[in-house]
Amino acid sequence: MGPAVRKRLEILFFTAPALLLFLFFVVWPIIKAVQFSVYRWKGYGPLVDFVGLKNYVSVLQNDVFIDAFKHNIIIAIASILIQLPLGLAIALLLNRKMKGQSALRTIIFVPYVLAEVIASVIWFQLLQPKYGVVDTILATVGLHGPAQGFLGDPKWALATVIFVLTWKYLGLAIILFLAGLQSVPEELYEAAQIDGASWWQVQRRITIPLLGPTIRTWAFLSMIGSLQLFDMVWILTGGGPANSTNTMATFLIIEGTKRSNYGIASAASVILFVVSLVAALLYQRFILSRDNLTSAPGRKKR
Amino acid sequence: MSAGTVSPSKPPHVAMTAKEQGFHKKKTSLEGGNPLVWGIALVVIALTLGPVLYGILSGFRTNGQLAEDPAALPDPWVLKNYVGVLTNPSFWRYAGNSAAIAIITTTIVVVFGIMAAYPLARYRFKGREQIFLVFVMGLLFPATVAIIPLFILITKELHLGNTWWGVALPQAAFALPVTVVILRPFLQALPNELEEAALLDGASRIGFFWRILLPLSKPGMVTVGVLAFVGSWNAYLLPLLLLQDKMKTLPLGVADFSSEHSSDIAGVFAFTSLAMIPALIFFLAMQKQIVNGLQGAVKG
Repeated sequence: MGPAVRKRLEILFFTAPALLLFLFFVVWPIIKAVQFSVYRWKGYGPLVDFVGLKNYVSVLQNDVFIDAFKHNIIIAIASILIQLPLGLAIALLLNRKMKGQSALRTIIFVPYVLAEVIASVIWFQLLQPKYGVVDTILATVGLHGPAQGFLGDPKWALATVIFVLTWKYLGLAIILFLAGLQSVPEELYEAAQIDGASWWQVQRRITIPLLGPTIRTWAFLSMIGSLQLFDMVWILTGGGPANSTNTMATFLIIEGTKRSNYGIASAASVILFVVSLVAALLYQRFILSRDNLTSAPGRKKR
Repeated sequence: MSAGTVSPSKPPHVAMTAKEQGFHKKKTSLEGGNPLVWGIALVVIALTLGPVLYGILSGFRTNGQLAEDPAALPDPWVLKNYVGVLTNPSFWRYAGNSAAIAIITTTIVVVFGIMAAYPLARYRFKGREQIFLVFVMGLLFPATVAIIPLFILITKELHLGNTWWGVALPQAAFALPVTVVILRPFLQALPNELEEAALLDGASRIGFFWRILLPLSKPGMVTVGVLAFVGSWNAYLLPLLLLQDKMKTLPLGVADFSSEHSSDIAGVFAFTSLAMIPALIFFLAMQKQIVNGLQGAVKG
């Protein structure tokens, strides 16, 4: 056996298990989703009722799906607009020598490590109308929530989901920003201090620009996560009331598991995938590409 | 491809050292002790921990106490709810299922992941970047997109519905991309001299992998292992579709308990609190690895 053949066999031996598992459980089901999406199929019997793009047309003409899509977009934008300034502000304030800093980091990390399901079950109870603690606390300051509760009122439900989402994921943003801040070279701060820069100037001119790559990649992960949101919505509202909190994921699960419309559900999942892919490509093209430029050899700070 | 920049430019241990250096060197402008900073820190702590502590404390109250004043401390403290959960065989069964599925998933991910990352990091061959790109692309495919065909594949074709393996195998497959993306630069960063020395001493590449590379890549493997474990332990959607009755995992158990016992709010709080405590302890103990992993995925 020649060395070249041996090398090939080794490569095969090492990569085959992962590749096979990946092809079988990731790539193949996605190809099947595309196939199901052009049939009318209730989950039994052979795929015979070919309908072409009809499932796509019916999904895209369905107001529930269009609203679900809008909710995903609102959640994605709100997550970034709320968590970025808050996370950045808190990270900048905490990025200093202080007692209990590591305990504080651990505490901030708690909501992130909880399962989305567990966080949602707790908040579901806290947000119960009248008997929930949120309404009780509001009552002590003379306010009262909507009669059906924050999650039961179509006007409030989506905002409430976004609130719980912020509670769950703000800690991740803070932790990542803090970690990014730790790698800003100390010399820069010293130089700025010698030049008489104020704390605020230092943050604006040095820290935040150097944190750019961390922020941009965090925002990317946040966006993709928002587009795929399922667990939290499913527990908090199940997509209701009156479809006011559906996401694309809850839509396709309801169509697939409750109504056995596998063709429709698969068309929705293909659309969800295309939306994620397009969002990722646009983000890469217009936002992340700056990082590639700045990290070119001989990287210079601007 | 988008995730190309998501991949870490440095392996986690390098990032760690930089961070540790940061720790002693840091004495940025304002020192601690500023009341504003303390005030904000306290508000953040209260908002973060409040709901969790409220849940734990409410588990020590009766439903009567909760109805009377939702925002009070237990008076008297009752253990009934927690004892009820701890003596509930379903709770232990769910916890056992969660643990078993998480262990199987983690083992597969770590073993297959490090094996795949090795040639992708240290062999030169045609098609290497293409294979890597397949995994990078995988970062964009969460299980949601393929959930309907996966459900059919696992229940109707493989007859693995309602089994540990039926959940663990697809979970492992979906966790492989991030694993390979984190491990490859980690393995690439190990010095070439090590490999040359081993080969000169007559070791084969497999021997090098087994005796030198594996022990050295332990920190990377721990990081990806912890991430896979967290992902599996917290997973909801795939178990929701695939598992019923006695095979359910803790997140499914919590969600069921909360909807089936909706009038027993104190019981729901006790069940939820107990379901989160073991995981919380484990994940906080592994906090460094999780942060390193996430940072590895975020570092531009």
